[in-house]
Amino acid sequence: MGGLADPSRFHQPIDIAGQDPAVLQGQLRAILAIRMAEQHLADMRRNGLIGGPVHLGVGQEAVAVGVSANLRASDRVFGAHRSHSHVLALGASLHGLFAEVLGKDTGLSRGMGGSMHLWDGPRGFYGSVPIVSGTVPLAVGAGLAAKLSGTDDVAVSYLGDGAVEEGAVHESMNLARVLQAPVLFVVENNFFASHMHIRLRQPLEYTARFASAHDMPCEVVDGNDVVAVNKAASRLVDHIRSGRGPAFLEAITFRWYGHVDWREDIDVGVNRSTEDLSNWRARDPLSRLTVAMEAAGCWSAGQHADLVEAIRKDVVDAWEKAMNDPYPQPAALLDRVYAR
Amino acid sequence: MKYNYGTAICAAFEYILETYPEAFILGQGLWSPWYVGNSMTDLDKKFGTHRVIDTPVSELACTGAGVGAALAGMKPIVVHPRMDFMLYAMDAIVNQAAKWSHMVGGQAHPGVTIRAIINRGGEQGAQHSQALHAWFAHVPGLRVVMPATVADARDLLIASVVSRDPVMYIDDRWLYDLEDDLAPVEELDLAVQGPRCLREGRDLSLVAAGYSVRLALDAADRLSDKGISAEVIDLRVLNPFAPEAVVESVRKTGHLLAIDGGWRTCGIAGEVMASVAERGVSARMGRIALPDAPAPSSRVLEKAYYPTVDTIVATASRLLS
Ligand SMILES: Cc1ncc(C[n+]2csc(CCOP(=O)(O)OP(=O)(O)O)c2C)c(N)n1
Ligand SMILES: [Mg+2]
Repeated sequence: MGGLADPSRFHQPIDIAGQDPAVLQGQLRAILAIRMAEQHLADMRRNGLIGGPVHLGVGQEAVAVGVSANLRASDRVFGAHRSHSHVLALGASLHGLFAEVLGKDTGLSRGMGGSMHLWDGPRGFYGSVPIVSGTVPLAVGAGLAAKLSGTDDVAVSYLGDGAVEEGAVHESMNLARVLQAPVLFVVENNFFASHMHIRLRQPLEYTARFASAHDMPCEVVDGNDVVAVNKAASRLVDHIRSGRGPAFLEAITFRWYGHVDWREDIDVGVNRSTEDLSNWRARDPLSRLTVAMEAAGCWSAGQHADLVEAIRKDVVDAWEKAMNDPYPQPAALLDRVYAR
Repeated sequence: MKYNYGTAICAAFEYILETYPEAFILGQGLWSPWYVGNSMTDLDKKFGTHRVIDTPVSELACTGAGVGAALAGMKPIVVHPRMDFMLYAMDAIVNQAAKWSHMVGGQAHPGVTIRAIINRGGEQGAQHSQALHAWFAHVPGLRVVMPATVADARDLLIASVVSRDPVMYIDDRWLYDLEDDLAPVEELDLAVQGPRCLREGRDLSLVAAGYSVRLALDAADRLSDKGISAEVIDLRVLNPFAPEAVVESVRKTGHLLAIDGGWRTCGIAGEVMASVAERGVSARMGRIALPDAPAPSSRVLEKAYYPTVDTIVATASRLLS
């Protein structure tokens, strides 16, 4: 993995040579917006305004932003329990996410799912669920549907390093490959499945080996480098769109919070040292991008301050609105079970 | 000594691991202080990580491995920190464990214990809330137990492990704070355990399993304030289902209210009512169960979703009027 598992490395600014400054600025904005939205959720969970669990991906934002740069609204994206970044990177409304987390009728899933069950069909987000690997076969089916309907749309399945321990993932990869279904499997390898480090769960600490087992092209990237993720995803999505079957992307990353909710020191794992965490914080997808852009002259401290302020306002506005929104009517309990 | 439901489960594990060298535990979260509440604290430290094994996220493999290890003479306990996660293991449970003895002419029995935890509420929503005991009670060959008391939390777990048959032991996180004193362990034969009367009454039989038994007991208190004498029957063992104690109770009271934390359609409450009816007992009957909808996440809907003591009191009063 070229040392990617060693958190003391890759702290330097990312390589942005040859990148369009406007594109970089958009990606910076997306990463920062996801970061600030999730930090807000952490605060609101801590102060008790959020009643349900939130699985935060702070530190992992560059993965979804880099992948989504290669997607369009007719593609089909599936996530899991830690999917705020996945849906926001597709352009979902911050207010829709916040309202969903609060169980409001105006939420992405009309308040029926909360943080762990998100949906934004119009943006190609087909759904996220907390049963680990639950959506992986669904992504294969959605990819197959695109192929059967004669489009070159692709499906994306976001999963974790823990999810690859489920048999469903391997059945899905084999099925996708043998049917040449257009699916990009994106493993966000953050080395942990709740409290357990990958070394306690698997013989090796990378998951890309499963791509060769299922004979599909694969790239392993620094998941905290949005340019690297974007480039790798672009190559793999090209491969898939051109009808040559599924592909696999392993993005090496880390979550800064514990497995669930706002604390860093609980449910974080038997092997997670504070030193590792501070090293991973130094491999920050956000600061490594901003420093590189400032050095290249396409970003400034002033611009950054303005952007932070603008996003802060968006976050506060979206939250206030969501807080004042109505809950679903009691009838929703039974009305939404079957199609009407 | 004072225990709560959670530490009583832990005491059962300690007894099992101390008494039976062939016992071992397999499941997610066993090395974490957070995963399974206070029900398995430090077992890994006391008995070693070779006997208390935290696993990859692989429910099917772990459950199937439990079945296989049982066939090879061990007493494995597979722990699923949430019943919802266990659905990946349905083949190992339903096709393999439950059928094995019968399929091989009664010559081999996979005496695996599968501990499935009901863990709901807290706005967790549809995939982190399910109470699927009725599904498993439908499967011949699988013993299904659901402790509602601190003593049963310990003693039915030990009985499950000692049993030579595959057992699904279902505990509920909503019960973990329940406190009681426990006598020294005496091993029970699971095959002769069944429903039990926890509170005697004259006017009405409240019949329930697991957490619903607590609701029934609280409701019985409230009903007695209104001059209604309710009997409470704790089902304890859902499969094989032995309804005699329930039938006797309803024969006496003439009124049955079955309370279930699972869905209404094809649920345990319906089974209880049918068992009474087909034995020719004439009684007024009602049931309280979950509405036929997945668990919502929104707090307002969650409140409407789960039965409460109020619901039971109101329904019971209507039934008797
Ligand atoms: C089928 C199933 N088993 C277990 C769990 C409990 N669980 C929730 S998240 C998680 C860890 C998943 O790890 P990974 O796939 O690496 O995702 P990450 O949390 O790192 O984003 C586990 C074990 C679950 N939700 N579903
Ligand atoms: Mg992980």
